[in-house]
Amino acid sequence: MSSPDSELQPGHPVVAKISPSAVYVDSSSADDEPPAIGIPIPIRAHSPQTDEPVPSQPREKSPLVAQKITVRSLDFYYGSNHALKSINVPLYANQVTAFIGPSGCGKSTLLRVLNRMYDLYPHQNARGEVLLDGENILHPKQDLNLLRARVGMVFQKPTPFPMSIHDNIAFGVKLYHRLPKSELSDRIEAALRQAALWDEVKDKLGSPGLSLSGGQQQRLCIARTVALQPEVILLDEPCSALDPISTAKIEETIDELKEKYTIAIVTHNMQQAARVSDYTAFMYLGELIEFGVTSHIFTSPAKKQTQNYITGRFG
Amino acid sequence: MALYDRRRRRRSEIYLGLCYVAVGIGLGALALILMTLVYSGFRGLSLGVFTQMTPPPGSNGGLLNAIIGSLIMTALGMLIGTPIGILAGTYMAEYGRNTKLTLTVRFINDILLSAPSIVIGLFIYEVMVVRMGHFSAIAGAVALAVIVIPVVVRTTEDMLLLVPDTLREAARALGLPCVTVIRKVLYRAARAGLITGVLLAVARISGETAPLLFTALNNQFYSTNLNAPMASLPAVIFQFALSPYKEWQQLAWTGALLITFAVLTLSVTARALQTERGKR
Repeated sequence: MSSPDSELQPGHPVVAKISPSAVYVDSSSADDEPPAIGIPIPIRAHSPQTDEPVPSQPREKSPLVAQKITVRSLDFYYGSNHALKSINVPLYANQVTAFIGPSGCGKSTLLRVLNRMYDLYPHQNARGEVLLDGENILHPKQDLNLLRARVGMVFQKPTPFPMSIHDNIAFGVKLYHRLPKSELSDRIEAALRQAALWDEVKDKLGSPGLSLSGGQQQRLCIARTVALQPEVILLDEPCSALDPISTAKIEETIDELKEKYTIAIVTHNMQQAARVSDYTAFMYLGELIEFGVTSHIFTSPAKKQTQNYITGRFG
Repeated sequence: MALYDRRRRRRSEIYLGLCYVAVGIGLGALALILMTLVYSGFRGLSLGVFTQMTPPPGSNGGLLNAIIGSLIMTALGMLIGTPIGILAGTYMAEYGRNTKLTLTVRFINDILLSAPSIVIGLFIYEVMVVRMGHFSAIAGAVALAVIVIPVVVRTTEDMLLLVPDTLREAARALGLPCVTVIRKVLYRAARAGLITGVLLAVARISGETAPLLFTALNNQFYSTNLNAPMASLPAVIFQFALSPYKEWQQLAWTGALLITFAVLTLSVTARALQTERGKR
């Protein structure tokens, strides 16, 4: 398991370093490089009852604190069912944040709030704030299609559209960018390369997307999302339907994608969370129990529940 | 144990036997119908059937005007009924899922689906023929369209509901607007099913007699005038089969053979499309 520090590449804009005791990170205190967003945002995970900050902040030098998405006291309801309870969590720019927890704990629900997927269905409501670059996306006037182009999502089951590999990707791109043909095919190639699928499909872009294997289909879905050049990518158990080899490929892909995108991944696979993520959030029964640097969460979790879960004692 | 075993086995054999008998009766009836049709209809089959008009009693002729009339009215009925049916089915599956309006429309649609076609014929007679003052092909086409609509509504809704929600979500997650998702993704995913529905509707109306008797009536002569009575295969079969004339009766058999095989071909095509969809 690699510590997140070792993954800090020189290209990353290190915005601020925080000491273990730091509860608030004022991003304006960054000396040289301005953060992606200018507002100081507290990054502490609340345990909802006590409102105590969870002391699982990174112990040593911390990586980035530029927050791409900030979730603030978010409550979510399926009808009268209170599914998310006062969630506070940041998604750091160009970092992978994993959400773990037993089934039904609200991980996927949280992800579906971040691109307002829940809006497709009646009787689902969110309260609180989700700030994307400082703007509340829960605002009723938010343009949902635009939001979803900025915050892409890949689902548990591969869902290629019933059209060719080429069209699967071109379809969404054409809607947002009017590109000349050559640029479009460049865009498609770049997307397929980023999803590590190019070499396998470059000779058969015209064949149906459904003819690919499950793992390839999932990477096609990632390529499709990447091609729109979103800012954030949400992955909802992207590997749960795949074999280990395809899973490994997708994990490699995730590793490469975070250079450009902010990534949130829901997974049931603890090893996967440990492998791919920089930050981990543990959720239980609709509450965020603990949030922190992945290596920290997995080696010395602050909460008993977290420890029980990652050691397999429940869930 | 052994007694139990024997009893069970005997019971199984009895049920299995009853199943065979039921299948035999069903398939036997179908085989008899087809055999009679082929036997009686085939000898009347000649080029003349497709090139000559329906004859006056006592002379030879063909079914050209009836075939053309059937084609025109069926095509027109589909042209009117299909878009309405597809749009209504799309509304029910995509926009108004589980709303009161959808539940009501579905209920009424199911009634319409099993409504006796003679009632539909009478309805169009009242609404169109009486107002226009004469029988017409267009009234016949509208009557057929009224039969088409519930069939297409039903299959469209069912086929769209079969498309998994994950595909809808995936498309919406790319920021695609609802209309684009329906047109470019859902219709495509449900295409085989939608075509099946349309083909079944064609099969259904191409054999309908009752609604045409009150609307398009019949026509002894070749006519493509939509504002005038028009011949159709079912109506001609009805008239000729009841007649005492040998030549007319023969033409009725031949017409019946043509219609049956046209419908059979459509049904088989529809079924083939459906299984192809199921394979994927």
